[in-house]
Amino acid sequence: MLKFLIEKEFKQIFRNPYLLRLIIVMPFMVLLVLPLAANFEVKNINLSIIDNNHSPYSERLIHKISSSGYFKITDVSSSYEKALYSIEQDVADIILEIPSQFEQELVKEKSSNLLISANSVNGTKGGLGSVYLAGIVSDFSNEIREEWIQSSNRITTPSFTIVQQYRYNPHLEYPIYMVPALVVMLLTQICGFLPALNIVAEKEKGTIEQMNVTPVKKFTLILSKLIPYWVIGFAVLTICFGVAFLFYGLFPLGNLSTIYLFASIYVLAISGLGLVVSNYANTIQQAMFMMFFFVMTMIFLSGLYTPVNSMPDWAQFISRFSPLKYFIQVMRLVYLKGSSLTELLPKFFALIGFAIFFNAWAVLSYRKSK
Amino acid sequence: MKVISVNNLTKTFGTFTAVDNISFEVTKGEIFGFLGANGAGKTTAIRMLCGLSKPTSGTGMVAGFNIETESEKVKASIGYMSQKFSLYEDLKVWENIRLYAGIYGVPEKNISAKIDQHLQTLGFEKERETLVKALPLGWKQKLSFSIAIVHDPKIVFLDEPTGGVDPVTRRQFWELIYQAANRGITIFVTTHYMDEAEYCDRVSIMVDGKIEALDSPKNLKNKYSSKNMDEVFQRLARKASRDAD
Repeated sequence: MLKFLIEKEFKQIFRNPYLLRLIIVMPFMVLLVLPLAANFEVKNINLSIIDNNHSPYSERLIHKISSSGYFKITDVSSSYEKALYSIEQDVADIILEIPSQFEQELVKEKSSNLLISANSVNGTKGGLGSVYLAGIVSDFSNEIREEWIQSSNRITTPSFTIVQQYRYNPHLEYPIYMVPALVVMLLTQICGFLPALNIVAEKEKGTIEQMNVTPVKKFTLILSKLIPYWVIGFAVLTICFGVAFLFYGLFPLGNLSTIYLFASIYVLAISGLGLVVSNYANTIQQAMFMMFFFVMTMIFLSGLYTPVNSMPDWAQFISRFSPLKYFIQVMRLVYLKGSSLTELLPKFFALIGFAIFFNAWAVLSYRKSK
Repeated sequence: MKVISVNNLTKTFGTFTAVDNISFEVTKGEIFGFLGANGAGKTTAIRMLCGLSKPTSGTGMVAGFNIETESEKVKASIGYMSQKFSLYEDLKVWENIRLYAGIYGVPEKNISAKIDQHLQTLGFEKERETLVKALPLGWKQKLSFSIAIVHDPKIVFLDEPTGGVDPVTRRQFWELIYQAANRGITIFVTTHYMDEAEYCDRVSIMVDGKIEALDSPKNLKNKYSSKNMDEVFQRLARKASRDAD
């Protein structure tokens, strides 16, 4: 029985040119466009500089800042008030004020104070911008210190520098972090929405009633809706691996089969959610609305865009119920860190739990009669 | 031998009683006409007999199985053709036949013979590869009927199978019904065409959820001293107080 139903599903999918194109085009769109758009790296910060010193040292500092690539010097003001005005006019995001005694203090007292003042309407830009700027300034002071040490006779107090090593993503490249997670979002969209919409479309057309009057078992019918999207999930995943490798040179450090294993469970879980929704929705409109609600919530709580650890406690608690969270962590760990299955077992069981929960609910809530 | 026996079957939706305490029996091989105005409760009754809807009270046996407790066994022994066309429009003619033959457990090796046989009965040999959505309405209905009996059920329920179908195709449709009846399949059919009611062995007329009359067309005409079934129907259905929905 199941064989005939699955055969039917595949015939219908292959006869629907839009669906097929979408399944193939979506991985490219999502993986090529989104990492660029959803990028939290801050660039092109407009900087207003008040140089009260006009010394070789202050010139050097300004040159260093402008050559960093993060800042654009859009305004040079003579006073703090004027610089503030440029912020109000949205010409500048950050003000750097160099005191009039900058060089003298630096040489005599070996320290000086700079003022960094940031517009934080856009918190990320303001926060990260001032951190970048402070970093450049501290680099600058190290440079000078080294020069003084090399010119030997000026022995200063010993200084420590922190050498930062970014493990697993040494250059802090955003796509490397985002691409594995976006694959999960894509699988969620394709394998969560499609089965739900498929069943509700059958309800709207009335074809499901013809099925309900046959001796097909509920479980068989649900399986016939799950399996095709399970196969499609694998196809999409494989396309994603290809795109990630071709365009980002990304290949998982860990085992590819680990990802497939997790995906096989994850797709069941998320399709199961779609099937549950389809049992309660009578029209495509209702189903779409419900799916958007659940999927959006789960994406934002999953740590795809913002780390779960920096969420408030209650949100962290809710995020435990987002199956995306587990699979996104797995994808990032396997891709970037090369984690093995044994290290990931707790997440594996969590996903199995979700798969059983949603699919059992889907079978139990499916009604062949009213 | 009774293939359908219904006792005091009732279905209510909230305060509305769609089917009101009906009882009747249908004999094997019979063509049973189930008449009634729109909204009289025919479809609700059929849906209960097919196990698509649970009765509020009363009992029914179809093909020897209880419609409430053994609805899955009922489903294996019946065919159903709904009021609304419900084959897969994006599948070809032969693919629809194959699907339902497979679902009803026709052995794989017999399926292709089954497909050929049905296409031949329908005169659809040329339409084998046509997508169902491209067929005209009358043809779709004939195909639906053919698929409803693909597994040689004991009973087939036809809910307004000829609605909107032209007279020639309607005639062909009834020829298909007779062929099936001759093979021993009991036919349970609803219709609004009174000429079709004349073709039935027995008819029941439902008014406001109740069965007002049940007999052979000939006896009914005598009883209500009418020339034809249309007059019988007019006399009974005029009593209806319920609005059509």
